[in-house]
Amino acid sequence: MSEWTLYEVFIRSKHGLNHKHVGSVHAVDAEMAIENARDLYTRRNEGVSIWVAPSAAITATASDEKEPLFDPSEDKVYRHASFYELPDEVGHM
Amino acid sequence: MTKYDDLTEFLLRLGDSALVHAQRLCEWTGRAPALEEEMGMMNVGLDLVGQARNWYEYAAERIGDGTDADTLAFRRDERAFRNLLLVEQPNGDFAVTMTKQFFYDAWQYHLLTALQHSGDERIAAIATKSLKEVTYHLRRSSQWIERLGDGTDESHQRMEKAIDTVWRFTFEMVEANDSESALASSGVIPSLADLPEQWLATVNDVFRNATLTVPDAPSTFYLSARTGMHTEHLGILLAEMQFLQRAYPDASW
Amino acid sequence: MYAQQVETGTKAVKSLAEMGPEERAFQEKIDAEIKIEAKNWMPDNYRKTLIRQISQHAHSEIVGMLPEGNWVTRAPTLKRKLQLMAKIQDEAGHGLYLYSAMETLGADRDEEIEKLHSGRAKYSSIFNYPTLNWADMGAVGWLVDGAAIVNQVPLQRTSYGPYSRAMIRICKEESFHQRQGYEILLHMMRHGTQVQKDMVQDAINRLWWPSLMMFGPSDAESPNSAQSLAWKIKRHTNDELRQRFIDQTIPQLELLGCTVPDPDLKWNEERGHYDFGEIQWDEFYEVLKGNGPCNRERLETRRNATQDGAWVREAAVAHANKKQKQQAAA
Repeated sequence: MSEWTLYEVFIRSKHGLNHKHVGSVHAVDAEMAIENARDLYTRRNEGVSIWVAPSAAITATASDEKEPLFDPSEDKVYRHASFYELPDEVGHM
Repeated sequence: MTKYDDLTEFLLRLGDSALVHAQRLCEWTGRAPALEEEMGMMNVGLDLVGQARNWYEYAAERIGDGTDADTLAFRRDERAFRNLLLVEQPNGDFAVTMTKQFFYDAWQYHLLTALQHSGDERIAAIATKSLKEVTYHLRRSSQWIERLGDGTDESHQRMEKAIDTVWRFTFEMVEANDSESALASSGVIPSLADLPEQWLATVNDVFRNATLTVPDAPSTFYLSARTGMHTEHLGILLAEMQFLQRAYPDASW
Repeated sequence: MYAQQVETGTKAVKSLAEMGPEERAFQEKIDAEIKIEAKNWMPDNYRKTLIRQISQHAHSEIVGMLPEGNWVTRAPTLKRKLQLMAKIQDEAGHGLYLYSAMETLGADRDEEIEKLHSGRAKYSSIFNYPTLNWADMGAVGWLVDGAAIVNQVPLQRTSYGPYSRAMIRICKEESFHQRQGYEILLHMMRHGTQVQKDMVQDAINRLWWPSLMMFGPSDAESPNSAQSLAWKIKRHTNDELRQRFIDQTIPQLELLGCTVPDPDLKWNEERGHYDFGEIQWDEFYEVLKGNGPCNRERLETRRNATQDGAWVREAAVAHANKKQKQQAAA
């Protein structure tokens, strides 16, 4: 059993971008997790904002759910702009 | 033993303290209480060596005669070093190391905050850059003091013992000094008269949260880094740090 | 190579026909270069092998801080001190990235570290050699990190997603390590005194063969390679990587104006590679068994760090619990 809690770390690398998962750290609380993440994942100027969450608090999709969850969107071509053919006269739309 | 002008001595005090403290942090390499702490301590160490270099470069320009930052760091004897006695003390356990770190961070924080407004633009610029780093150092060490002070019985006892070990060296952080007053009255740096009170207030705040008792004001000590009167620990530290430059004076690294 | 001999627990690589449906689907993904992620089905041996390999790699990064830590307090200039501190810190960081990847497989970091401390887990043999002069800091960066990079670059394409992503990050950060090391040596050779040049040659003499051993036993002696290659947790054989390292290093050695302690080393026009002498495998296996020059010291340092720090980690947990209770009560 780990002495400290495992936290997942998400970093916003630049203003305007989403936070992105980068890895994990061990810490006793969220405050320490932020600092450990800062010292570990932003040594080369990689971040402007950090989120941390206890790994145990994250719920993920299971791999056997992949087909029922994600395959149904495969054939919904009408959701994509390229599905609609318009004459050239319309110009950029 | 050379004594430089007030401003150069002041720059050396800042540079030497940063370097000697960083040297002690380097001794923790591979030995920190948690892997995450290896990262944290080394980050602080990197910031401080960088600060030392900035102060030294300015001091070296004032001294002239071909002196550079490396000569100041690696070719001076202990009697010429101006670092706080506190930072040359051995690391001891993590409680002693963090207590030294915290006292030093609090001192740096208030000093650099004042120095941002120096009449001397070079000092103001280095202080402004360093203060960002030190703000984080102080936040980190304050949290560790709270964790260890208000953690387990053992950690509390270790903290009390650590404070008892190094408290006597804190007189340097709360004593008035003529050459700094002179620098202030000539407008080179702002007045540092409030520094002792600010330092003590920070120590009081953090110690209260950490359930630790602030000892009575330390009495003046016979030693003082301002005159190069150090504890015996500095000589050994320098012997190690300066080894290559001393053993191979003609070498280029 | 930081993971030198990783047991895969399989004697012979199965063909697709011999596999059950889950394993076949898994192997087909790997064959198609599709990454395996933490929640995906994977054979038990794949998981266990990866935990062993990634933890060995991580342990190597952490133990690898010690030979350099031996000189960080004696770095000769402020610039060299900063570079070395940053490099050692990166090694701690890389250890942490790798432990983090390993934990996605359900392994526990503290438990794996305990295996290292009790001698049940390995780390790279190279870190059991002492660093005896400042040129070692150059030679470690150039040869040891150089050998590690040759191994790690292909591992960026390894089949396990979190491991692959950690390697991509590590490779990006490590590019400065080898250059830093080589520059230390080049400076001493070009601008140094005779004494300094002798230090450089001495460092290379001591570290050359141990660096070649980093790639692990020859292919004939690597019974686990076939399975690791099939799983794509290894992308090239030990001998291929060793040859690649030698071929790229010798021209750099010549530029330094130094030699390696191998009378059999010479360019083979026909093969298009350097030939080299026989590696002292007895020494390699002895070091791996724990009988190298510094094995005891390295492990003792790491064990002591963990033991001496126990009260600190406990205090931090106790404090966090108190704070949580206070917040709950408020």
